Amino acid sequence: MSGEFEPKIVVIACHWCTYQAINLAGTSRMKYPPNVRTIRVMCSGRTDPQFVIEAFRNGADGVLVAGCHPGDCHYVNGNMKTMRRTVLLEKMLEQMGIEKGRFRREWISAAEAKKWVDVVTEMVDQIKKLGPLKLAGRGDE
Amino acid sequence: MAKAKIAFYWCASCGGCEEAQVDLADKLFDLIEAADIVLWPVAMDFKKEDVEKVGDGSIDVAIINGGIRMSEHEEMVKLLRRKSKLVIAYGSCAHMGGIPALTNAYTRESILKYVYEEAPTVTNPEGKRPKTRVSVDEMDFELPEFLEYLDPLDAVIDVDYYIPGCPPTPEITWEAVSSILSGNLPPKGHVFGSDRALCYECPLNETKPEKVTLDTIKRVHQTELDPNKCYLTQGVLCMGPVTRGGCKALCIKGNMPCTGCFGPVDGVSYQGAKALSYFSSVINIDDEDAFRKLVEEVGVDPLGWFSKYCLGKGTIKRR
Repeated sequence: MSGEFEPKIVVIACHWCTYQAINLAGTSRMKYPPNVRTIRVMCSGRTDPQFVIEAFRNGADGVLVAGCHPGDCHYVNGNMKTMRRTVLLEKMLEQMGIEKGRFRREWISAAEAKKWVDVVTEMVDQIKKLGPLKLAGRGDE
Repeated sequence: MAKAKIAFYWCASCGGCEEAQVDLADKLFDLIEAADIVLWPVAMDFKKEDVEKVGDGSIDVAIINGGIRMSEHEEMVKLLRRKSKLVIAYGSCAHMGGIPALTNAYTRESILKYVYEEAPTVTNPEGKRPKTRVSVDEMDFELPEFLEYLDPLDAVIDVDYYIPGCPPTPEITWEAVSSILSGNLPPKGHVFGSDRALCYECPLNETKPEKVTLDTIKRVHQTELDPNKCYLTQGVLCMGPVTRGGCKALCIKGNMPCTGCFGPVDGVSYQGAKALSYFSSVINIDDEDAFRKLVEEVGVDPLGWFSKYCLGKGTIKRR
């Protein structure tokens, strides 16, 4: 164990796209940081905002919600609910003092293994710079 | 049979809960008939020492309102927990943090700085702040400390039952107190009130279409609400679908959408997140830029709208 801060990132990934992209990244032997813990859901629309809050409350340093591109949802419009929820949730987390960059929503299709690797690598870098959850933004607005 | 012993206590509260208890009115006589009140700061002159003197577990019910904001609150509720067989969290603040828990979106330092230095009505050139110890004329005084967060009661002690509401209605208070005093105990963790959402008892439910979709969001003060039509279908946030019923839809009958004081239904821990989720689902805008624009234009305040009473249950603490 080195002394460097290793963030824990919870990923909530849609079964039909992002989860397949993660599989593809694995079978293609692409490399990405080991800081992510992935939870598969049948649709990103299954992501109850309580899950995200609960992850942060239980020690996550970052949360990524990932689903199908708009128009590609296996269940027609589940990801549109995700879109609206994450826009409001992002705002709410900001109000709670969670620094920008700790919560992220991405559209990653089953073919976009490269995008998955890029998003995760970038997110881990960013959160390493931020350090453990400080909620430094609380009341500074 | 000996008379039951009952204690009331207040923590960080506004006085509304005490008002609701006093509003029991003639039922107070029935209460005194059935139980001895051993502590009730708003109405009777018992002190902390009086509680310390009684044996552990000798108080039958302690009804505690208000959130845990000061070290004194923590000390008192721990004392009452030790002395009482049952502890009831009374009102939204003890239940979920209540409105004061919205301060959890700010640091302790920024709250103190604003209240003691920056507020427009404050003059404090020396920058004096409250201290936990102070000496006056060679006498030392110990004062309670302002804590980092406001917590609901069950974050500090074990709680047996909850009476929700801001404040709880006298009806629900009496229903809870009389059923407990008569030995008719619900399972531990029970929240009094209905076990279904407010919509089920809402008089406007009949006017709600089977599927609600909204093309826009409005704020209450920007719209003249039709008192005979489901408020949600009129484009304003009503917390009814994610709020426990049992209040008999008092606010709705007063031409005001529900703001969620009875907390979530069973199975939901953080009502604010659930409300955000449901409200996002009924809005019928699929273009992200258009949605963001609407949110900015209307001034949607997710924390204030959805977590008005429950942030104590959703607070993310610093590590």
